[in-house]
Amino acid sequence: MVNSVNNGDKLIDLIGVNKSFAAPEKGRIAVLQDVNIQVRRGEIVAVLGRSGCGKSTLLRIICGLTTASSGKVLYRGRSVRKPVPGISLVFQSFALFPWLNVLGNVELGLEAQNVPPAERRERALAVIDMIGLDGFESAYPKELSGGMRQRVGFARALVVNPDVLLMDEAFSSLDVPTAETLRTDLLDLWVEHLIPTQAILMVSHNIEEALLLADRIVIFEANPGRVKAEVPITLKHPRDRESVVFRQLVERVYTIMTTPVVPSEAELARLARPTIGHRLPRVTVAQMTGVLDVINQPANAGSIDLPVLAETLQMEVNDIFPILEALELLDFAHVAGRRVTLMRHGRAFAEADIQRRKVIFGEHLLRRVPLAAHIRRVLDERPSQRAPSSRFLRELEDYLPEQDAEGVLEVIIDWGRYAELFAYDSEAGIFSTENPGAEVET
Amino acid sequence: MRLFSILQSARAPLDLPNRWDIVVFPALFGLIFLLAWGTHQMAAPYSLGEPIQISLDPAALPQYAARTVLRMAVAMVLSLVFTLTYATLAAKYRRAEQVMVPLLDVLQSVPILGFLSITVLGFIRLFPGSLLGPEAAAIFAIFTSQAWNMAFSFYHSLRIIPRELYQVAAVFQLSSWQRFWKLEVPFALPNLLWNAMMSASGGWFFVVASEAISVAGHDILLPGIGSYIAVAIQQQDLTAIGYAIETMLLVVLVTDQLVFRPLVAWADRFKFEQASLGEAPTSWVLTLLTRTNLLRRLLVVPAWFWEWSVRQFRRLPAKPFLPRLRLRITRREARRLDRLWNWFLVVAAAVSIVVLTRFVVRETSYVEIGHVFLLGLLTALRVIVLILLASVVWVPIGVWIGLRPHLAQHLQPVALFLSAFPANLLFPLAVSLIVIHHLNPEIWLSPLMILGTQWYILFNVIAGAASIPADLREVSANLGLRRGAWWQRLILPGVFPAFVTGVITASGGAWNASVVSEIASWGIHTVSATGLGAYIALQTASGDYPRVALGIAVMSLYVVAVNRLVWRRLHLYAEKHLTLG
Repeated sequence: MVNSVNNGDKLIDLIGVNKSFAAPEKGRIAVLQDVNIQVRRGEIVAVLGRSGCGKSTLLRIICGLTTASSGKVLYRGRSVRKPVPGISLVFQSFALFPWLNVLGNVELGLEAQNVPPAERRERALAVIDMIGLDGFESAYPKELSGGMRQRVGFARALVVNPDVLLMDEAFSSLDVPTAETLRTDLLDLWVEHLIPTQAILMVSHNIEEALLLADRIVIFEANPGRVKAEVPITLKHPRDRESVVFRQLVERVYTIMTTPVVPSEAELARLARPTIGHRLPRVTVAQMTGVLDVINQPANAGSIDLPVLAETLQMEVNDIFPILEALELLDFAHVAGRRVTLMRHGRAFAEADIQRRKVIFGEHLLRRVPLAAHIRRVLDERPSQRAPSSRFLRELEDYLPEQDAEGVLEVIIDWGRYAELFAYDSEAGIFSTENPGAEVET
Repeated sequence: MRLFSILQSARAPLDLPNRWDIVVFPALFGLIFLLAWGTHQMAAPYSLGEPIQISLDPAALPQYAARTVLRMAVAMVLSLVFTLTYATLAAKYRRAEQVMVPLLDVLQSVPILGFLSITVLGFIRLFPGSLLGPEAAAIFAIFTSQAWNMAFSFYHSLRIIPRELYQVAAVFQLSSWQRFWKLEVPFALPNLLWNAMMSASGGWFFVVASEAISVAGHDILLPGIGSYIAVAIQQQDLTAIGYAIETMLLVVLVTDQLVFRPLVAWADRFKFEQASLGEAPTSWVLTLLTRTNLLRRLLVVPAWFWEWSVRQFRRLPAKPFLPRLRLRITRREARRLDRLWNWFLVVAAAVSIVVLTRFVVRETSYVEIGHVFLLGLLTALRVIVLILLASVVWVPIGVWIGLRPHLAQHLQPVALFLSAFPANLLFPLAVSLIVIHHLNPEIWLSPLMILGTQWYILFNVIAGAASIPADLREVSANLGLRRGAWWQRLILPGVFPAFVTGVITASGGAWNASVVSEIASWGIHTVSATGLGAYIALQTASGDYPRVALGIAVMSLYVVAVNRLVWRRLHLYAEKHLTLG
């Protein structure tokens, strides 16, 4: 690194941070693996990655809401084990207290710090004024629009004069123009040094957002979450997203995100034997069909560039990733760099009628997704041809945290129902091989 | 500069009392005076056996009403204190939860009126030579009718607080005291208030029933509306009963307007919703109070007290309490410890059953126990038949009202109000008719037990029908659903969850009411029906505690069993499959 940087400039220092959850029998599930990130005075760092890559967990470790399984989390050279006064957090969902008005919500952070009431009010009003909430002091969150609510979230985080401001997808619940305005306002405060904050660490899944704000982008890879690359951004603020340099940066970050790293040996082993605990992407059959249909259009002839695909579907590229992951998993499509190519079976699927599609889908599901094959096998082995979902859920929890296990089970139920591999009665929580028509209420 | 001006302008109008103060000021002082007078009366000297004169003069009624209300208020405060501590402990400590929650569930099912006579002796010993003993017993009876479901509601609310709000509290390092009052209590408040209102509705019934108690051959008449009506029954004075009923109506109406309505309007802001739905409730009293200067000034006192308490409790151990990390306890040892703890609980339960059985069997026989179970079955039959009858009557009416929003808006508070009116005040009227016309008490006493609780079915159905989304109704009309299909496919599934909630409350109340409704008197005449309620009432009157215990235990068992086997399942089913939206 640059030699002039001394230790005093490091506000946040993550050294070899790991986070894993205990799972019975199988040992532990890794969420974060050997993460090393430094945040220095005066910089905005963005952690960029797909959803579910552990970046929110990382943020919660930094602010002391949860602890790392191993490794060091240092704030100004001191270990962080619980929330500390210098670090504050802005939530994606705003997390405002609905029973407190704007003033009350903003004062909340000061109350814990033993600030006397008069000073509390003065400081809160000052921040409210600065963040552009003037006149809304006595409004309750439910009276405010999303953008105004997040302004309260920022005011609450800033009123405690934090050294380090953490932002957890702070703009992603807002509509595009609102997010834009709020981002610009925040950047103004930052650039003009109107807030005492020394550094900002944000996590985001939005490439442009990260590029608009950050001085440095840390690209995250999922499963387990780890740093894939770091990209310094030296563009001056305000940045023009239409400029050539900016577009080139977007392309570059994009390529890094989509190019698979050379897998390690352990990972190759993992990929070679996908277990029943494979984290299935949360994608519906309809979404997959939609993407396949687009790629199979005559104009595209079975191969398409990701950005074109995104534009045709009018979706964010980030939201297409899980769909492509599912298509690759099922051997319907192949992604190389930025290009998506239809596989033979994918084409067959796209060209088939409804009944034929179900058959193809079912075959691939059984062959490529061990969980589907496993459920089907268990059902076939049982004389009653029925099995409770709890049975499979327990098995999945050997591989995944409970919530994720539930999510995976939901996905396989959706896929399996479509392929008519099995029926699922959600009232009783029972899988069966009965004719799926029987589960439809009469 | 500008900050300063804001503070100034906020302070300026505080200086002089305004016209609203002129109304509120005397009212406030009147209240303080009443409180002082009432508490003084409560602690009057008294020894067991000493007769207390109850005058049937209507002029004495306001005074009696005030005493009754005071009892109610004290019990409510105690219930709140209990709720905040018990439910908090249950929600925060997993092992405590395993005992405390089922215990609450059982306590909820115990017929309160049954053990009144047992507790009253204890309280008289606790406060010898003072009326405080019987007063405390009556208050305790009301408390037991209110506390459990309030505690339940608070416990449930604590468990569903969004995780992010806890994280906010942690990031900003709120102490556990601050977190409790800034996050946990406000989040739970709307539900808690609703349950407190329900409890208060039930409470009127018990306050009336617990004022006139007979203990070890002595009649204790605590001055109040309940005693007034007991004396009126003895003297067969229908006019006096009429006065009592009118007074009670007025009391219920006034508490609703002065206490609950303002609270509901105020608590609306605590609802955890991102956008305001529908019209916010309003209250003229709240509007009046917020316009006064006096009250705004008085609010400085709690604010000051809050700051003080925050400083005091800063060091309170901040037990990390996230609402159940969604990861299961996976370590083997923890699981083993859990199993051990479960076994311990099972053994403890078995031991207490054995001890209770031996206590009961020493005095009675297994044949009698069997007989009591049979009596329970009879009462159960009454409860079921009456619930069915009430449902047949009130479901169509409730749906009819609920589908007419304008009507529902006006009639739902009426149903709520009717449920608050203590039905036992009406018993003497019915009993006098039975006595005069020589009707069969086995049949004609039965409706009394549902008299007060049927309203729960009505207003829940109204609420359920009102919440059926308009587009579903439009779709049904569009599809041309015929009458039968319309009920079967749209209306019944739509109101079912609310209906089940209503029925649970109604049947619980009916069981409780059976203790006072299966046996009733009019002057020297006593009519009784065969059933568990009458059994408990008779054994209580003769002071036979093992049999009282037996009766109470059997009734609790019935209520718990019916709740577990029927209502709970229906409720879960409804919640899972029929909740709209």
